[in-house]
Amino acid sequence: MAELIAKTPFDGMAPVTHGSVTLREVDLGVLTSIAPLKGQGKAAAAAFKEAHGIAWPAPNRATGKEGGRAIWFGRETVLLAGPHVDARLAEHAALTDQSDGWSAVELSGADVEDVLARLIPVDLSAATFKRGHTARSQVQHMNGSITRTGADTFLILVFRSMAGTLRHDLERAMASVATRR
Amino acid sequence: MRVDGKGRVDRSRPVSFRFDGQSYSGFEGDTLASALLANDVRMVGRSFKYHRPRGILTAGSEEPNALVTIGKGGATDPNVRATMQEIYAGLEARSQNAWPSLAFDLLSVNDLAAPFLGAGFYYKTFMWPRAFWEKVYEPAIRRAAGLGALAATKDGDHYEKAYAFCDVLVIGAGPTGLMAAWVAAQSGADVILADEDARMGGRLNAETLHVDGMPGAEWAADMAAKLAEMPNVRLMTRTTVTGAYDGGTYGALERVSQHIDGVPKGGVRETFWRIVAKRAVLAAGAIERHIAFQNNDRPGIMAAGAVRAYLNRWGVAPGQAISVFANNDDAHRTAMDFQEAGVDVAAVIDSRAEAKALGDYRVIAGAMVTGSTGRKGLTGIEVQSGSGTQKIATDCLAVSGGWNPTVHMTCHMNGRPIWNEEIASFVPTPGAIPGMETAGACNGAFSTAACLAQGVAAAKVCLEAINMKVADVDLPVADDTAYSVAPLWAVPGKGRAWLDFQNDVSVKDVRQAAKENFTSVEHMKRYTTQGMATDQGKNSNVTALALLADASGRGIPETGTTTFRPPFVPVALAAFGAGAQGKGFAPERKTTSHAATIAAGAPMIEAGMWYRPSYFPAPGETTWRQSCDREVGYVREAVGVCDVSTLGKIDIQGPDAAKLLDFVYTNMFSTLKEGRVRYGLMLREDGFVMDDGTTARLGPNHYVMTTTTAAAGQVMRHLEFVTQALRPDWDVRIISVTEQWAQFAVAGPKARDLLNGVLDTPIDNDAWPFMACGEVSVQGVPGRLFRISFSGEHAYEIAVPSRYGDSLFRLLVARAEGAGGGAYGMEALNVLRIEKGFITHAEIHGRVTAQDIGMGRMLSRKKDFIGKTMAARPGLNADGLEQLVGLKPVGPVKQLTAGAHIYSDGEEAVRAHDQGYVTSVAFSPTLGHYMGLGFVRDGLSRHGETLNMVDHLRGIQTQVALCDPVFFDPEGGRTRG
Repeated sequence: MAELIAKTPFDGMAPVTHGSVTLREVDLGVLTSIAPLKGQGKAAAAAFKEAHGIAWPAPNRATGKEGGRAIWFGRETVLLAGPHVDARLAEHAALTDQSDGWSAVELSGADVEDVLARLIPVDLSAATFKRGHTARSQVQHMNGSITRTGADTFLILVFRSMAGTLRHDLERAMASVATRR
Repeated sequence: MRVDGKGRVDRSRPVSFRFDGQSYSGFEGDTLASALLANDVRMVGRSFKYHRPRGILTAGSEEPNALVTIGKGGATDPNVRATMQEIYAGLEARSQNAWPSLAFDLLSVNDLAAPFLGAGFYYKTFMWPRAFWEKVYEPAIRRAAGLGALAATKDGDHYEKAYAFCDVLVIGAGPTGLMAAWVAAQSGADVILADEDARMGGRLNAETLHVDGMPGAEWAADMAAKLAEMPNVRLMTRTTVTGAYDGGTYGALERVSQHIDGVPKGGVRETFWRIVAKRAVLAAGAIERHIAFQNNDRPGIMAAGAVRAYLNRWGVAPGQAISVFANNDDAHRTAMDFQEAGVDVAAVIDSRAEAKALGDYRVIAGAMVTGSTGRKGLTGIEVQSGSGTQKIATDCLAVSGGWNPTVHMTCHMNGRPIWNEEIASFVPTPGAIPGMETAGACNGAFSTAACLAQGVAAAKVCLEAINMKVADVDLPVADDTAYSVAPLWAVPGKGRAWLDFQNDVSVKDVRQAAKENFTSVEHMKRYTTQGMATDQGKNSNVTALALLADASGRGIPETGTTTFRPPFVPVALAAFGAGAQGKGFAPERKTTSHAATIAAGAPMIEAGMWYRPSYFPAPGETTWRQSCDREVGYVREAVGVCDVSTLGKIDIQGPDAAKLLDFVYTNMFSTLKEGRVRYGLMLREDGFVMDDGTTARLGPNHYVMTTTTAAAGQVMRHLEFVTQALRPDWDVRIISVTEQWAQFAVAGPKARDLLNGVLDTPIDNDAWPFMACGEVSVQGVPGRLFRISFSGEHAYEIAVPSRYGDSLFRLLVARAEGAGGGAYGMEALNVLRIEKGFITHAEIHGRVTAQDIGMGRMLSRKKDFIGKTMAARPGLNADGLEQLVGLKPVGPVKQLTAGAHIYSDGEEAVRAHDQGYVTSVAFSPTLGHYMGLGFVRDGLSRHGETLNMVDHLRGIQTQVALCDPVFFDPEGGRTRG
């Protein structure tokens, strides 16, 4: 019997570096969107905390850490990245598997803010956009999710089908910033 | 010529460059303008209309004359101001507007014809004969018109855009801006200080004034260095803030690589910034105005402030015998600076009777310059005073009619400046741009001390407005000489006295406009073209409207100004649209089968942003039709595989999910059983069809809706609107899962056999009848199976998580090929659906109702739904509306074309007889003839009639019979089989 082979959105892209900034594909594990049902916000948050040990993130915030992260993902929606979602949460929220719907990259390095300033119309400076802050915003022409995961590290998600464009746009900005050093 | 011991260019670093093919040498720190003047090149261009010889007038971005073309090939940049272009080794600059050469220009005959070419010339002259406009006049004018020319080749993608954010944006880094930035920075604010010059300091670099006991330029350099070290400060040199927009947003153009030879690999030529600032300080300075007198445009006649800027900053004397013509004290600095530098000062002609020399030079008070000599460069001036007329030999006349505050940006949101009698110019209206303070010369403060103080004050206002504590900062000691000016706009006399050098507008033109009743300043501008083109009248606006005021018998404040609009300086469209060329134009959405599809040699077409295969060519096939016909055969006779992942998929969950579906679809979904799929039609609020598709019920409160590829975004937005705005009370959640699933159509008589070879548990017709759906296991991977058909065949759509899409597509295609079928593309998909009369957005194009497409019965009478009321409007249900029909060729011509119109047979094919139009056509290999779908008046009741299809564009006429849109298997037996 044949076997289906899994392929990642960037199909094993090796990390790419321009200047001080490196782009790498990341495997976030299972992605589940969790949208609390009507009036279930508090119950869902409590159940989520109990089941996964991660605080339910407020709007524009991400909680948890690598391997288990909860990212605010839009109006009344949180994306759990990492573990399988606890099935009991279905009592309080609509759960949808999104593991294959998104391409995820990590962008890191000293000039990372300058690179992202060329694509994202949000103030991502360290003083304003701290570790654990997240935004749903444009990434050039794409609708994306941007989270600061470290002092000079960001996690960026766009639709899976747009992985090539994300790489193109990021590399272009990375190369431009690199010439300025 | 260079003057020893003056200027801040690096004389240890010579730089060679070329202008009009000739080699010259300058120094690092030179602009093209300063280097040309140092080489005694005075004539640098020809004027726009009369092709008069012109030289460098200014030393800044307001330059109207010295426009050059830089570079070669696709990287050619026209209309670059020589005053802004820094020189670098290898710089190639060319003059513009002259042919065959700058020295001998054929179109300078225009100048001789000047008496006939005044304001309104075009409007009066080219009226007759009427037919001549398009054929003769316009082409001739177009050839002669325009400033520099664009490169005829594609520009490299060398521009970018970027975003920046700050507490305080300071626009201009002269004494005012430096001081404002210093206060804001010391107070802890995030500061951006932007200046269009490469060197910060503004006028301090151009004057010999001192600040805090230091030469002004050194004080400025010191301040800039101190600011650069602060982590909360971003200095942006070579950056012109171009516009003020809503919400504290400012546009700014940064010249990133204009000062070096070529764009570095991966780099950019320019960056267009969008700066969002909580508060801003405008410290844009002032622009010196000219005085109109006869032949005041010769090369060598320059702005007085610019003449001394060339001396003080670049160590260049633009002439050997400098004269000054002014109506104010400030211009006397030019005489003093040159005197001091040991350059001959011929005379200072001051229109004010009480004017006195402020140094050791000759002043002719109460006098005016009435004319000049020197065809390609100034040789002398004629001066008229109380004691008569005298001629003075001079090769550089420094003119100052006073200074105009640079109020432009304060007017970008419809503000108008206020007339200030004391300085005889306009000053900003406070608060004209919300959140922006104005300070320094742009605010009418003309002494260094006043500028420094206003910089501090403006920063304080900004900081207090954002609740920041203002740091105590010492105010430096600086010159506080009062500015004294007596208005002088134009010297009386005959001959042409120029106002707008870039557009060759003279005093006479403005007076003529007033005489012909173009007395509104906006009308005068358009009638004379004063203040148009790249400099937007920066040098001439105030003078022109003062003259208009005089000619129309009004005061200057009543006359008002024209509208200052962004951008403040010309911005290349490539910079505005940066990042949107080629692959940056729009995201490319690629399916999981993309690599396999490309490997199969399929040409791709774009559907929305998706890339989809048109067809899969087989060896020996020479036309797309051959491939398409073969692929149709796969589906009709064996089995075909097609990637349909691009269709929108929306996950809908919650107790009120069924209510939502009943509300957005015209037909009922709450009655749909679990494990079943139903076709649905969706209307817009206005009753017209929005989209169609199938929705599957996966669980009691769980549905997955599919949309067409094209309308996926629109339907998602619609559902967001319905759930957020119309029925926020419903307990339902929606989210897109389009990208989560790779979904493939498996269609044809052998579809089930193929699937049973890949599914872990085989299916049969009883468990999986037409319109069944459910979960399946595909080679151990959990997937979904839907028995639906867009081809009219026994067909399924199988979905797996996208990571397995590539693998499953290859497997399905291999299996299909083994069964006498294979992959099919969009062309075959289109043929298959037209054979079945299935609609796409070619038919539901936004102007058709459910009734028009024969789906009136899908409008449920048992419930309310979006669009129901509006669909019931009498106008949408009247007789004579165009309705969906099938079309078959019945005459000798067998071809049908989409977009053609339908006329009654025997009637002339003109609009009045139009019966409808063709939306989709295809050649059916199954039926052996062309078939079409289209809309024809009352078409549903006219099946069997013969009409005339006329394609006016392609010149095709075909007799067509109207028929039912379902051409193939109308009973649908194959789908259920």
